[in-house]
Amino acid sequence: MPDLGLDVLGKGSNLLRLLGGLGIALRISLIAVVISIPLGLLLGTLMTGKNVVLKFFLKLYLEFIRIMPQLVLLFLVFFGSTRVFGWQPTGELSAIIVFTLWGAAEMSDLVRGALISIPVHQYESSQALGLTKGQTYCYVIIPQTVRRLIPLSINLITRMIKTTSLILMIGVVEMIKVAQQIIEANRTASPNAAFGVYLVVFVLYFLACWPISLLAKYLERKWG
Amino acid sequence: MEETILTVNHLKKEYEGKPILNDLDLEVKKGEVVVIIGPSGCGKSTLLRCMNGLEQIQSGSVKLREDTIEAGAGNLVRIRQKIGMVFQNYELFPHLSVLNNILLAPTKVQKRDKKDVKEEALKLLDRVGLRDKADSYPRQLSGGQKQRVAIVRALCMNPEILLFDEVTAALDPEMVREVLDVMLELAKQKRTMVIVTHEMQFAQAVADRVLFIDQGKILEEGTPEEIFKHPKKERTKQFLNIFQFKKVEERKIS
Repeated sequence: MPDLGLDVLGKGSNLLRLLGGLGIALRISLIAVVISIPLGLLLGTLMTGKNVVLKFFLKLYLEFIRIMPQLVLLFLVFFGSTRVFGWQPTGELSAIIVFTLWGAAEMSDLVRGALISIPVHQYESSQALGLTKGQTYCYVIIPQTVRRLIPLSINLITRMIKTTSLILMIGVVEMIKVAQQIIEANRTASPNAAFGVYLVVFVLYFLACWPISLLAKYLERKWG
Repeated sequence: MEETILTVNHLKKEYEGKPILNDLDLEVKKGEVVVIIGPSGCGKSTLLRCMNGLEQIQSGSVKLREDTIEAGAGNLVRIRQKIGMVFQNYELFPHLSVLNNILLAPTKVQKRDKKDVKEEALKLLDRVGLRDKADSYPRQLSGGQKQRVAIVRALCMNPEILLFDEVTAALDPEMVREVLDVMLELAKQKRTMVIVTHEMQFAQAVADRVLFIDQGKILEEGTPEEIFKHPKKERTKQFLNIFQFKKVEERKIS
């Protein structure tokens, strides 16, 4: 077994620091998910509505967020808000703002897709049975929409967790940053540490996202 | 003389400025089976949808006994419970089992006791030969089976009148039969039905009265004998001839 420099993780509180970094990444994505999913549900529902002006702006918002690399969005919020508004958000807050905007945009498109994929006849056959509008949504449309949405939105959540690896660029000390610090600090003592530490980072990301993926797969099978 | 259940009066329906139904009158009596035939786009499905308030109408009226049926009106929820409708593409709820598909409206809309409705539903499923499918999901059923479930779902509301909108058009020929048999059985029970269909043989067998609709108007109506054997109007003959020709073609191919 080649020397992977795994011993550096045993030094001091290095492993704990790495886990702390993961904790920050998870905290940012969790907060963003919790805000962006209801927001996405709302925006997505509005996107299927009749208001043309509103739909235009929502579409514009979605396309803007989609076209911009997340890193550019992070820079825009982190540096831009200082220049434009004279307000300096912390890196973590900037990250939460960007991830929420991004999550809400992507989620709204998923919701829109799920809603329009419900055939108009499902509404009509519900109506024909005498269901009220509320009952139609409650018993027929929402259960079907949610079944379509859950695997998709879980996929979005894992993407958000993974993308937190970018936020070190605006000075947030998350897992990748901690890993870099550990590697740098031990460059002479354990020159191979880069392999071992990034391997551990890989495993930790995997452990964070894999159960979520499994859940998505399970739900997809159950409701597919 | 049986009482009139459904009355259509000077019904006009336009879609994007194009007239679909043009000053159409129709009365359906209790226990009567009315079959509507006509070329595609003649407005027959639209007529059926107007009878259930699924379409906005421009003028005229549709009434179930004394209640006016109008899209968007507040009384629709109540009236629709008395009108069963079966669609071309079954439109079962895919996330619910067969039994729950049937139970949904009677328990949630009519607030009937679940145990009673379940008993009735199982009895009805038994009659259409699907008792053992009660716990299956729609995706596990064939088209014919789905359509029979859809019929049971409509029946379980104990409607006064049943509307069938080309219910066999999406089915394989073999499955058409099993669905039509169920409908013949309903006709025998003296259910009031309005059926839109392209199955001419079936129309002859099941109908008390046949309407031939063309360009949004009832062009000719009468007993199956009158319409199919001795059509008076040239347009009716032409339409029925097209069917004859189609049939010969089909026979040659198979």
